[in-house]
Order: sequence, then structure tokens, then C-alpha cells
Amino acid sequence: MWRGRKLSSCGVRFLETLGFGYPSTLAELPLRTSWSGNLQIKPWVFIEHRTMWFRAYRMTFSCLTRIKSYRSSWKRLCSTSQTTVDSNEVKTFLALAHKWWDEQGVFAPLHSMNDLRVPFIRDNLLKTSANHQLGKPLSGMKILDVGCGGGLLTEPLGRLGASVIGIDPVDENIKIAQHHKSFDPGLRKRIEYRACSLEEIVEETAETFDAVVASEVVEHVIDIEAFMQCCYRVLKPSGSLFVTTINKTQLSYALGIVFSEQIAGIVPKGTHTWEKFVSPEKLESILESNGLSVQTVAGMLYNPFSGYWHWSENTSLNYAAHAIRSKVQEHPEPAELFSKRETEELSANASTNPCVCEELKK
Amino acid sequence: MMVAVGSLVGRLGMRQWGVGPSALTRGPLTACRRWAGASADTVYDVVVSGGGLVGAAMACALGKRISGEGGKKGAQELKSTCGHGISFVGFGAWDHICNMRCRAFRRMQVWDSCSEALIMFDKDKLDDMGYIVENDVIMHALTKQLEAVSDRVTVLYRSKAVGYTWPGPFSMADSSPWVHITLGDGSTLQTKLLIGADGHNSGVRQAAGIQNVSWNYDQSAVVATLHLSEPTENNVAWQRFLPSGPIALLPLSDTSSSLVWSTSHDHAAELVSMDEEEFVDSINSAFWSDANHTDFIDSASTMLHYVVALLKPTKVSARQLPPSIARVDAKSRARFPLGLGHAVEYVRPRVALIGDAAHRVHPLAGQGVNMGFGDISSLVHHLSTAAFNGKDLGSMSHLTGYETDRQRHNTALLVATDILKRLYSTSAMPPVLLRTWGLQATNAVSPLKVSGHSELQDFCSLRKDC
Repeated sequence: MWRGRKLSSCGVRFLETLGFGYPSTLAELPLRTSWSGNLQIKPWVFIEHRTMWFRAYRMTFSCLTRIKSYRSSWKRLCSTSQTTVDSNEVKTFLALAHKWWDEQGVFAPLHSMNDLRVPFIRDNLLKTSANHQLGKPLSGMKILDVGCGGGLLTEPLGRLGASVIGIDPVDENIKIAQHHKSFDPGLRKRIEYRACSLEEIVEETAETFDAVVASEVVEHVIDIEAFMQCCYRVLKPSGSLFVTTINKTQLSYALGIVFSEQIAGIVPKGTHTWEKFVSPEKLESILESNGLSVQTVAGMLYNPFSGYWHWSENTSLNYAAHAIRSKVQEHPEPAELFSKRETEELSANASTNPCVCEELKK
Repeated sequence: MMVAVGSLVGRLGMRQWGVGPSALTRGPLTACRRWAGASADTVYDVVVSGGGLVGAAMACALGKRISGEGGKKGAQELKSTCGHGISFVGFGAWDHICNMRCRAFRRMQVWDSCSEALIMFDKDKLDDMGYIVENDVIMHALTKQLEAVSDRVTVLYRSKAVGYTWPGPFSMADSSPWVHITLGDGSTLQTKLLIGADGHNSGVRQAAGIQNVSWNYDQSAVVATLHLSEPTENNVAWQRFLPSGPIALLPLSDTSSSLVWSTSHDHAAELVSMDEEEFVDSINSAFWSDANHTDFIDSASTMLHYVVALLKPTKVSARQLPPSIARVDAKSRARFPLGLGHAVEYVRPRVALIGDAAHRVHPLAGQGVNMGFGDISSLVHHLSTAAFNGKDLGSMSHLTGYETDRQRHNTALLVATDILKRLYSTSAMPPVLLRTWGLQATNAVSPLKVSGHSELQDFCSLRKDC
């Protein structure tokens, strides 16, 4: 869990990600004190740096007192931080952000993952709802897509008839997503994008969503516990939560980090950090302890040669999970509380904000 | 889901309707005649360019499937009652066809003019092997069906696509991601997927820059509606391979049959212009005359016949002769040139080719339009699965699935038809001997015959007729 002994390592990670010695994948890069050098970094690392930096003071490790402290005063970090970013980086970012919708580009695996995750979401939601229109199976449903990125998963859900809100803390992603959907008259009214984090909308959207989708997000979140509590809060009773993420195993290190990022370049370097991967057992226990009853866990495998994903019995790499919020409104008990001392130690680096959603990749 | 069908005028030489583009709209019913024009913002899900058999059938199929849930349900819908996978049942046109006229056939005899060799396809049970349906009947049925789905499909009659604008690459963020079709009257359609069903000189294919492998056969096909000398239980399809090309007689009713005679350009021109009596005589003699037989080949085939009889004593299927022809329908004679064509790619982003736009084949196997219907079946299946998964319809990921499916099937059939055409275009000794023995052996060896039979029956053996 991200408590106790992990706290200090997270603090170190934070410093690392600022560029003062990044994890081994980028060990060769020189120390940076300004952003101008970031142009040398591969795009995804750049984004991770930037996002991590933005989120730095939002990191928190207290698990459940956060729920009460939603009323944070800080606004969207993106907007305040953007003013400190060089306009050259903005241009670079723009060039990168366009790659969301290149189906043969860096995001090709995410595009083809839709072949699994859209039916997964659709079929499980159809099970829970009795009436649906032919041709628009998800009509009448409200879905929240957390960490929507460029809207790769948001748009298919919208096409199936759902009203979708896609949120992402990175402004550029939201801009690209807005722009892309603006061409399609069918999607304009059904999809709404907001550049914000989950905790910012928890209050106003408590118990409004039939489904929350967190696809390829939890492996970028510092505090999964807090994240899941936010998800619980925005879900209607008996609403569904869909998570896709990567398992924390030796195999996922070998294939997911070493092979995918460093050797084959399937995933841009620095996108993932193995320590943040979460096993299905751990995820399940977090979900269960937060009032979310796990219905399905299924393994997913990516074939880099064909470019297609397949369902699998094996969850040691990627997997998808479906959980349902319990009908009874319960206030989940805090599993652990941080000591005050530890909290104070970290307050220099982190604010006491609830959830962290580092949407680097959606 | 919205579909628009655009059309170009039908193929030269065939009596077809010039069905205009049809568009599926979600809004109020759009006029089926002169299109009033939707708002500039309207983006159609699909536009089918080309209103012939395959284009109109595609529009019907999509119109019918729009309300469906896609996926497995759709695949079942597309199975026909006669078990041939014909798509007509799935989109409701078959009833219209049956109410007009169609003819089931139970046997098929194919034989050589240079020898006694023949092959007879015959179902053991009294099941129909296939149906012969006239072109006009199919078009009429499809038009009726389009009217039935007119809330989802708009047909633009008498309109022509004059230009296409393709979407820019993803990085050109400000350009429209849709395909723009400019019509002859200056209006524009926007669509997520353009389907080219505009024949072997496809404008869509040319505008998309898709390379087409093609050559001419130096043959023309002559078609006509013939009247038999006397009424008969006309349920056999006949085809004889003459050195100049195959001649086929397909049953339409107890008293009439349809002719498809592939021959040289000159002979075809002669046939079309000669008077009725001479024409009828040529047909009868083409089927009955043994002038091309040689003693050597006759002995060789008799020899193999005895060997087969020894190894496998079964009932001998003696060569039968088709019914004799008395008259030809006035003005039913027409001819059109033949060739082979195959598009190197069937799909591009937001574009798919079906029917003759993708592949053009010799009519000797009667599979040309059937391959087109097979394309429809496959494309509708892929599109409905994609729609059920919320995908962008113009996305290459499922379009390449359609392309792979169909190219594998169509290439094999094209190659086989081309080989057969070349093999039977000569009266030189070695190929004649080869094909004589080959045909006899295939006729004798049941498994070969059954698999050949089922290949032909993969799609209902609808022969185009005029």
C-alpha cells in the first residue's frame, strides 16, 4: 500500500520525476532545472514530467481523511502552471497531442484496446439495465470517463448512446478531444469534456453516474485508495466501475517495461513505472473495502505483431475489472490512518488534496 | 445510422435502372426524387455510390440492419432459407422476388464441344440447387425494399457524383475528417464511409487512386431471352464450352430461358444484328453440333470412361441435350464486352469497394454478381460489429477485415475462372485432352464434384439476366 514506508519513496519519486534523476529508463538524461531542455526528451516522458510537476503538490498519502477535505482551494493546476511553460513546449505538446487520433501512431495499442474494453463496458452495462434501444445500447446512461486523454474511449461510448463526461487534467488533451468530437454532429451533444481532476467534480456530481470508467489510469495514480473513494462517491447506487490496468509481476516488468518501452518502442519510454502497477488482488481488496463489489476480473493480452488485443485467462500483464457500487450507502471505514508526523513531513512536497489522477495515457 | 446511396448510371449495354444516390437520414423523410438537400451540417454514416444490383442491395442491407443490434444477430439474419447464404432474405427483398418471378433449377450440365466429356451437378434430394432471377426483377425488388426503409435510406435518383474529396491525415486537425462527395447539381454530401459500387469503371476507385489489375478478354457476351419450342419442366441449367467461348442456357420459366453466349467481338456483333431465325439456328446448332469432335479425343475419352466404369461402376450420366429454341424475344438481345479486373486494395480509410468496382469476372461460372453479394454480406457484418462496438465506421481496423475476407475468396475464384476460360478457349489437342480427362475424372470422383458444387453454391447461383 502507499502508506508507511512507501511515503518517503514517493517523496523521492516526486523529486525524481522533476528531472532530478529520473528512473532508470531515462538515467542518461542530464539534470534539468528549466523546461527548455525537455525538448530533447521523448514526447511521453515530457508529458509525464509536466503532469507530474503539475501534480506534485497534489500528491497526498493520507487515505481517508481526504474524503472530508474535498473542498480544496486550488484550482486546476494546468492553468496556473501553463503560464510558466515555454511557448515552444506548448507547440511541441500540440504536435504530440494530435497523435491521439493517429490509429497507426504511438496510440495504436490504445485504439485497438477499444475492441475489448468497449464490449466489456457495454455488455456489463446491458446486463444491469433492462430496457435499451436497438442500435443505441447505452442510451439513457450517464458515464464518467476519468483520464479520457484525447477521447479514444469516450467517443465509442458516446456513439453507443450514452451521455459521457470525459475528464482529464491535461488541457491539451481536452482541447484535442473537443476538437475531434466537434466534427461529428451525433457526438457533440452526447459528450462533454472538462479539463479537471476527479476530486474537483466529486461534490457536484455525487451519485450521478451509472458508470465510471478508469481505463489505463490507476497505474498512474499515486493514491488508489483515495481514487476509488472518489469513484464510489460519484457512482449511483448499483452503478458500475470499470478499470483496466497493468498487473505488478515480473512478467509485466519484463514485457511491459523492458520490452514494450525500451526495446520495441510499443509504448513511449517512461510512460509507466513498474512500482505503480497494481495486482488484481490488491485492486480487489481496495475496491471491496471501499464499497465496490468486484464482479469480473479478466486478463487481456496484446499481440504486438498483429496489433490486436485478446481476452485471456492470464492476468499477469493487463487486465480489466468490473465492480458494482453496493446499494446500501455506506461510509467506508478508513483502513489505515497516517500518523500526523508523516503527514507533516510530506506537506512540504504535497498538499492535502484527495485524489490524484495522473492521466498520462488514456 | 444514416446511409446515402449515390449512383451513377448503370452499365452500358445492360437494361438497368439508373438508381440515384440514396441517403439514410435520421431526420424526417427526405424526398426520394430530387433531393432537396440536407443541412450543411449533415454527416451521413454511409454513402453508397452506384445504384446497380450491388449498390442498391448494399443500401437495402444497411437500411435493414440499422435498427438491428448487429453482431451475432445480424449474421443469423443474413442466412437464407434455401441455405445458400444469400443476403436477400436478410434485407427483405426475397419476398418481393418470389412474388414476381424467379426460377429454381435442380441440375446443371456442363460439357465440352470438342469431346463427349461432361459434368453433371445434381442434388440427390429434390432440393433446388439455385435460382435464376432476372436483373430487372432484382432491381424492382430492391427498389421496393428501399422504399420500405426510406426513413433510414434516402435514394437520390438521377444524380451523378462528379468529384470526391478525401479526408486529410490525422495531423491536419482543422480539415474535415469526412469524405466529401460533390454531385452534378453542385451539392455536397459528407459521409463517414463511402462505398464504391459503381461498376468496373469505378469512379470511386479511380478517384481514390486504387490500382486495378485488369485485362480484356477479347470477348463479348450476348444475352437474350429465348422461347422454347415446347413447354417443358425447365429446371436444368446448361452450359457448353465452344472454342469461341461458353454458351449457357438458363431456365426462366417452363417456356422461356435466358441466353448468355460469350464469343468474339465480331461474332457477338453478328449475332446481335442477324435476323431472328438465323439467331435461333445458331443457338441450336451451338448446343447440338458435334462438328468440333475429333476421333482421337473421342477415343481417349471413351477409354477413360471404361476405366472409370471398371473402377467405379455407377449409373452413367449420359449426355443430355438442352431444349430446342423456337424464338427470341424482340429487343431482348444485347451485348457487352468482357474482361477481368481486380482492385489491388478493396479499402482505404473511409472508402470501401464492392461488386464490380472491386472485381470483374468472366460470366462462365455465373459468379460475378454473386461475388458482389458476398461482398455485401461480409461488409455489412463487419460494419454492424463495428457499429455495435461504437467504432467510427470509416476506421481501417474493420475495413481491412472485410478486405482480407473477400480478397481471399474472390482472388481464388477469379484465378479459377480465368484458367477455365483460357483452357476452354482453344481446340488444340493437348489442352482439349487435358480438359476432357479432367472433366470426366471430376464427374466421376464424387468428393471433388461435391466440393466444386458447394463452391458454386456458396452464394445462391443467381445469374444476371436482362
